[in-house]
Amino acid sequence: MVTGTVVLSSLAIALAIGLVLCSRYLAQSEDSVVDEVERILPRIQCAQCGYPGCRPYAAAIVAESAPLNLCPPGGEDTVRRLARFLGRDATRIASPATLAGAAAVPANLDGIAVIDEDLCIGCNLCVRACPVDAIVGVQQMMHTVITDHCTGCALCLPPCPVDCISLAPRHA
Amino acid sequence: MSTGTPIARGLLPERLIIPMDQQAGAAAVPVVEVGQRVRRGEMIGQPGGLRSAGVHASASGTVGAIREGPAPTVNGLTTSLCVHLETDGRDEQAPSEVWPKERDARIDAICSAGIVGLGGAVFSTAEKLRDDAECDLLILNGAECEPYISCDDMLMREHPLEVVRGALAMMDLAGAESTVIAVERDKPDALRAVREAAAQLGDTRIEIARVPTVYPAGGERQLVELLTGREVPSGDYPPAVGCICQNVGTAFALDRFTRRGEPLTSRIVTVTGNGVANAANVEVPIGTPIRDLIDFCGGYRGEVARLILGGNMMGYALPGDDLPVTKAGNCIVAAHSDEVRESFGEWPCIRCGDCADVCPPRLLPQELLRAASVRDFDHLDALGLNDCIECGCCDVACPSQIALTERFRQAKQAWAVVSKRASMADLAARRHRRKLARLAAQTEDIHRQQYDLIAAIGSEDSRAMIEEAVARASRRRGESDATH
Repeated sequence: MVTGTVVLSSLAIALAIGLVLCSRYLAQSEDSVVDEVERILPRIQCAQCGYPGCRPYAAAIVAESAPLNLCPPGGEDTVRRLARFLGRDATRIASPATLAGAAAVPANLDGIAVIDEDLCIGCNLCVRACPVDAIVGVQQMMHTVITDHCTGCALCLPPCPVDCISLAPRHA
Repeated sequence: MSTGTPIARGLLPERLIIPMDQQAGAAAVPVVEVGQRVRRGEMIGQPGGLRSAGVHASASGTVGAIREGPAPTVNGLTTSLCVHLETDGRDEQAPSEVWPKERDARIDAICSAGIVGLGGAVFSTAEKLRDDAECDLLILNGAECEPYISCDDMLMREHPLEVVRGALAMMDLAGAESTVIAVERDKPDALRAVREAAAQLGDTRIEIARVPTVYPAGGERQLVELLTGREVPSGDYPPAVGCICQNVGTAFALDRFTRRGEPLTSRIVTVTGNGVANAANVEVPIGTPIRDLIDFCGGYRGEVARLILGGNMMGYALPGDDLPVTKAGNCIVAAHSDEVRESFGEWPCIRCGDCADVCPPRLLPQELLRAASVRDFDHLDALGLNDCIECGCCDVACPSQIALTERFRQAKQAWAVVSKRASMADLAARRHRRKLARLAAQTEDIHRQQYDLIAAIGSEDSRAMIEEAVARASRRRGESDATH
């Protein structure tokens, strides 16, 4: 009776210490969770969620300060995958959240920015706006889009003073 | 039913629709303009990137239009940029190409001559031959991939010498030591013809193998295993086990190019089914609208239930007959309503496992179906979706008549889109991080410059330097005033 109690309680204490140590040293760091969440997002850096990029939004999701449905390019599929990964309830997000960075031209995963090179005045504003450095050009010279790097985020459209950039469908 | 008559020739439609996207690689880029006159064999599209191939005018005439239009491509029925050619019936031929001396130049010539695998996969022949992997055996595939198709059979019967000569040229280019020509057992005429041609050429490196007529023995993986006993690993191609597979039609096209300098402008197409008046094998200029081909064969007969491109098993039903015949188009079946299996619609999967029993690459179609319906690509990958050869055996075996192959085809396409997006997203994230780092470094840099400047202005040395510069400037100003 006594031996049993002693053995079992010492076993319990040993396991408890083990668990505490594990949770302290082997815990999944916040960063790696953010990494995973970021990977689920489309990562086109369009900032339509109101955060300055996909990673800040991912950090906000992990910190539970942002809802899961702020990403228009990702769509319903992304919300579902986020909910499944984080163990949260996708069905509880009833109405679509209003977007802080709601753009006139929404980002489009199948789109690509095209500069009308006859109209471009070389102001360099779009180069600075592009989150992935997909536009090349120096001041006073015509600019152009590197099609393989463009994500279709549409962030270069509003800054253009002569409205010479448009989103065109991406050809495979 | 299409082997009774010789290969029919002389088809020349009024208008050809020649798609640029006819090969497994990148689409060709048009090099002609609207209104331009072209002769047969003239290049109208140059190779446009990885595993691409040239596209040539299949008849002489005038370019009527260049526009996007529906076309059967390797990705199923999609759209492609097409060159519309109004033929003039004069059949003028472009000057023949010279067959170069060096191996690399020869392979490049094959690429620009537009020669691709005519078995149906339209993989770049030049790319296959260029592969540096150790290949000791060339397998010339004369086993028809499907029961209805007989274009390879007819080709071997009528042009055995050209086929064997083309195979020898391929063998030399690929650096292989021997060639096996695989002919199905139920084609005695083709077998005899090829045997005689090989004897006439007197090359001892050629062997002729009789293979059983079992669908889908014409698939290259199945053929390699049958002939050599080597199993091609999943996710890999026959060169991994030292083999290279080519279709007899490709060998014929290559021989025509090496001997006569003619690029690929036509192919043999089997037109069959009870819905067409005269089933036949026809030499068709690439880009011929299917309607003209059917008319050439005497038109439709009776009630045509379905028009299938590419054979009963692996082909797909076409929405209309105004689509062009491409390099991949080996067969057109006009199925009469009495040939089509009566359909009761799809019933749920009862997990009987009949599909797994008949699957040639030994996959589990019932599991693939479940994973495909929820778009679980990781699971699909684990189940080996990419090893599915889309033979259609599971469709026939399924007692619930589930269109399994069609689902798998769609899943493959969806998967390709998803994985391409993922790699693009990786790139975008990496470039965004780099940009942020650069901006941060720049700001730091500007601060440091300003700080250094302020510090420098404060020092004795710099004050003297500034005074000196001001004096120099005013002196120069004085000089220029004097000259005026």
